[in-house]
Amino acid sequence: MYPPDLKYTKDHEWVKISGAQAHVGITDYAQKQLGDIVYLELPEVGRQLNKGDVFGTIESVKAVSELYSPVSGEVTEVNRGLAEKPEAVNTKPHESWMIIVKVSGDAADLLDAAQYAELTK
Amino acid sequence: MPQALSGSLKKTPLNARHRASGARMVEFGGWDMPVEYSGIVDEHHAVRTRAGLFDVSHMGEIEIAGGGALAAVQHITTNDASRLAIGQAQYSALPTPEGTFVDDVLTYRLADDHYMLVVNASNIMKDFNWITAQIAGIGDAVAVNTSSRYALLAIQGPAAKDVLQTLTAIPLDSIKFYWFTTGEVAGVRATVSRTGYTGEDGFEVFVPPASAERVWDAILIAGRAAGVIPAGLGARDTLRLEASMRLYGNDIDETTTVLEADLGWTIGWKKDAFIGADVLRRQKAEGVARKLVGFEVLDRAIARHGHDVYVDGRKAGVVTSGTQTPFLKKAIGMAYVPIDRASAGSELEIDVRGRRVRAHVAPMPFYKRK
Repeated sequence: MYPPDLKYTKDHEWVKISGAQAHVGITDYAQKQLGDIVYLELPEVGRQLNKGDVFGTIESVKAVSELYSPVSGEVTEVNRGLAEKPEAVNTKPHESWMIIVKVSGDAADLLDAAQYAELTK
Repeated sequence: MPQALSGSLKKTPLNARHRASGARMVEFGGWDMPVEYSGIVDEHHAVRTRAGLFDVSHMGEIEIAGGGALAAVQHITTNDASRLAIGQAQYSALPTPEGTFVDDVLTYRLADDHYMLVVNASNIMKDFNWITAQIAGIGDAVAVNTSSRYALLAIQGPAAKDVLQTLTAIPLDSIKFYWFTTGEVAGVRATVSRTGYTGEDGFEVFVPPASAERVWDAILIAGRAAGVIPAGLGARDTLRLEASMRLYGNDIDETTTVLEADLGWTIGWKKDAFIGADVLRRQKAEGVARKLVGFEVLDRAIARHGHDVYVDGRKAGVVTSGTQTPFLKKAIGMAYVPIDRASAGSELEIDVRGRRVRAHVAPMPFYKRK
């Protein structure tokens, strides 16, 4: 159920790395924990992120949660369309990317799908 | 929010049903309760358009009986219980001497000298001890905590009446809003009350705990064709907020007076002395400095409990409840604000995690059924 082409963090973000680009979103486990998502606050393009930095906020009807960057780098694109329809995170979590980061440095310590599935068992 | 081990929490008689249905469970007021089954938005819509079934067995019941029962209830609650016929209920405050809330309650008149207060789960022992002390001097009146004798199910929504009617010989049409009667539901002796906490038509059904599962199952089966689904505390909270009903511990507590909470209509001004009457009468004459109002957020943000309210750049109040409502699809809430900013349309700013967002005072209720 966790796509093998994505990497995962213990904070329940996923990252899809292709070359120097990384798409970032939250996992199916995370959206289930949050429940109905109603609001997404994302950063501006150009923001420099260190791995583990808060890059935004996601809110469900009942809870607020911060979004942590799985990688270091510069935000090159922000999914404004998703911010307008944040409920898509509930229905298609692994396709609902939030930001694209131009990765600088290595992207170590990420979990693969099997490791992440084990973590959320 | 850190959660206590469920083993140390109290469980309602329907706990196994919730767990079997895959509900997400949370600690609420010392109880292990379902916060959602299919999802808060889905459950919220079900209640607004069809019906939802809630387990509210965690609520407490305190009965007051004896020749002095009416005098006791009049002393400890703000509303005028002398106006209650047998079979009628009213919303009321359980006030402190300062006119603030020990709790908010529904007072049911069960018989001539027999009343029942339905109280908030987290306040049961506090209320019982308070009531016992306050009525000690009244004479022939005794308070009994009967919470363990009842399971309480609430079926709420436009389809509630027709679904429940298939399970009972009680003519439900004859029960008026805020009245109740007794009879059998699904073959179980029950007290059926036309009350609720959702802003919809609906019923609350008191049954013996041992029969709770039978009635729960029967309502869900009878309601299947009509789309009745179980609903949890999450939807209960968004529904009550749209309907502008106060939540104890959020919107009202021992620091807020009944008049500040804009619940003056629950005060029986014509009755004799009751706890807190002096303070409340003085506040009524002089006016309150702050008031609980509804607000709507104008920027894209959700204001939540505890966020500070600013007026003219200065901190002037606090949000007591706030959410994105599933039905109205707006960020709404309640807040205490200075009285000169309490009228509809008054502009406010709310600090949402360091960001100031615009809001304005909106008339309550946010939602009223047609």
